[in-house]
Amino acid sequence: MRRLGSASQLVAPVALLALVGLAGSFTSRSVQFQFRFALVMATIVIALYVFVRNSGVVSFGHVSFVAVGAFAAGLTTVPEALKLSLSPDLFPIIASAEVGNAMSLGLAAAVGGLFAFLVGVALMRLSGLAAGIATFAVLVITNNVLRNWEAIGPGARTLSLVPETTSFMQGTVGVIAVAILAFLYQRSRWGRVLRASSEDPYAAQGSGVNIYRQRLVAFTLSGALAGFAGGLFVHLLGSITTQQVYLDLAFLTLAMLVIGGVGSLWGAVVGALLVSGVNSLLLSAEDGIGLGFVDLDVPTGTRLVTLGAVMALIMLFRPTGITGGREIRLPGLR
Amino acid sequence: MDALQTIIDAIALGSVYALVAMGIGLVFGVMRLVNFAHGELITFGAYALVLTNHLPLVVGIVVCFATVIGLSLAMEVAYRPLRTSPPTTMLVTTFAVSFLLQAVALLAFGARGQNANVLEKLNTAVSIGDLRVRWVTLVSIAVGAVLLSGTALILRRTDIGLQMRAAAMDFRTAQLLGVRATTVIRFAFVLAGVLAACATVLLVVSRPLVTPGYGFQLVIPALVGVVVGGLDRLTSATLGGFAVGFAASVLGDVLPADGRVFLDTALFLLVIVVLLVRPGGLFTRSRAAWERV
Repeated sequence: MRRLGSASQLVAPVALLALVGLAGSFTSRSVQFQFRFALVMATIVIALYVFVRNSGVVSFGHVSFVAVGAFAAGLTTVPEALKLSLSPDLFPIIASAEVGNAMSLGLAAAVGGLFAFLVGVALMRLSGLAAGIATFAVLVITNNVLRNWEAIGPGARTLSLVPETTSFMQGTVGVIAVAILAFLYQRSRWGRVLRASSEDPYAAQGSGVNIYRQRLVAFTLSGALAGFAGGLFVHLLGSITTQQVYLDLAFLTLAMLVIGGVGSLWGAVVGALLVSGVNSLLLSAEDGIGLGFVDLDVPTGTRLVTLGAVMALIMLFRPTGITGGREIRLPGLR
Repeated sequence: MDALQTIIDAIALGSVYALVAMGIGLVFGVMRLVNFAHGELITFGAYALVLTNHLPLVVGIVVCFATVIGLSLAMEVAYRPLRTSPPTTMLVTTFAVSFLLQAVALLAFGARGQNANVLEKLNTAVSIGDLRVRWVTLVSIAVGAVLLSGTALILRRTDIGLQMRAAAMDFRTAQLLGVRATTVIRFAFVLAGVLAACATVLLVVSRPLVTPGYGFQLVIPALVGVVVGGLDRLTSATLGGFAVGFAASVLGDVLPADGRVFLDTALFLLVIVVLLVRPGGLFTRSRAAWERV
């Protein structure tokens, strides 16, 4: 019964994600994009959640792994001629690489994980504020290098004509797979040990926990998931620039996690879906939409002000997020 | 001679960063809060200068100071619920406030830059021997030196300064001894506002194009400097800000032309290295243990 009870904590987020995937596929074409976007955002937020929740260290840098994943998946699915016309200095191995859709997603996860591992080896000794600043530095460096080094990507230009393969099927299956991995990790011995170390580092070290190694494991896993999410992201958009995977996305995903509640997988999923929904609504309201009885038409920029205000207010008055950081328990399955 | 020129420019930029860093450090001292939104004080101060462009300079500067100090005081009120929060909550909250204020600026003033032409005369150069130094460089260094030592004097020689230092050392004990929490915190925000307003006026002279991200771009390196220098003491935080400004300016001069686009990479790599070697701060005496800061 206890096993069943803990598994029930996974049922609710997965069911919600599946429901969103299913509901979205019955909507009109333009709305469909918003639904798939929400699913990809949820993937990124869960990846971020894996590290932040278990280690207790805030990371501003996870969008770096999304970025490398996105460019890895994008560059390996675009024809060679196009790549070379965008940036003639591309390394031959990148220019000639061409793989299928599934393979490109796997590659994105591998690149994201490897990059996170390398960054983690250096940074996981830091904690608190120093760690936050250092991960921020990683984000700045990644963006700066991707934007200017034309041997590894299109530089400041737009990488376009990426196959738009992130369908409802792929998006939903992808995000659910990531949610299950996140859940398995947090129930595993490693996940528990890392959470213990974030609650009381001295007691954990006294019990023989190597905090550095445990954080590195979480960071690498979380980086691989973020890379995978980046792959889904680029295959959703069909084109990408370095600025799309930089500060704004970092803020948006962090806001989603915090608004939902850092303390639970349920919070990460709810936050991502809810904020995506509000975001899409405001985005179309900026273009003007009719809601049947009223016409909603708000000035450009309202979206960002609303998001910022909601996030600031939630942080100030309900810092554990709207779910209170608790996993949901289905009634009857205690 | 070239080297001297590089150093003078670097000291000037370092001084401005030191002003920003000291503001962040003052607030951190009494509240253990790192204010990401410190940059927006500068952004809104700069917009105040834009809006008062057609008015006499004195009016513009007064409005700029009033805006920045007013906004700083508003932040103090907004951050009150955070006083007992864990550091991560504080960090993310101020990040959200920063984002909110940038969005407000975007809504109010648009994404396109607006020009604030104040004190343009300071951009003319003066020759000292073989050196050609802009007036603003000299003024920055002078203003930086005066303000930094002025703040140090306030902290050392006045009652409120003593209370602030006590609060920074041990807030609870200071409170028990009769230090009023709100008074010292509010005073820290006022001082931070004054320093930010001065930094704004100096910055706008050499970079008159004001955008919603104006202050954010600046506060990131300054914030990094504060952490790199060491948050525990105001002096080390200020020195850290100075060091990052200095390093950015020198790197900008030293890097070859085609490598200059990687300035950020070089600067932030340097920061990571420093954080790894001395996680407690570059200018602190002790190597901090695991869970400090």
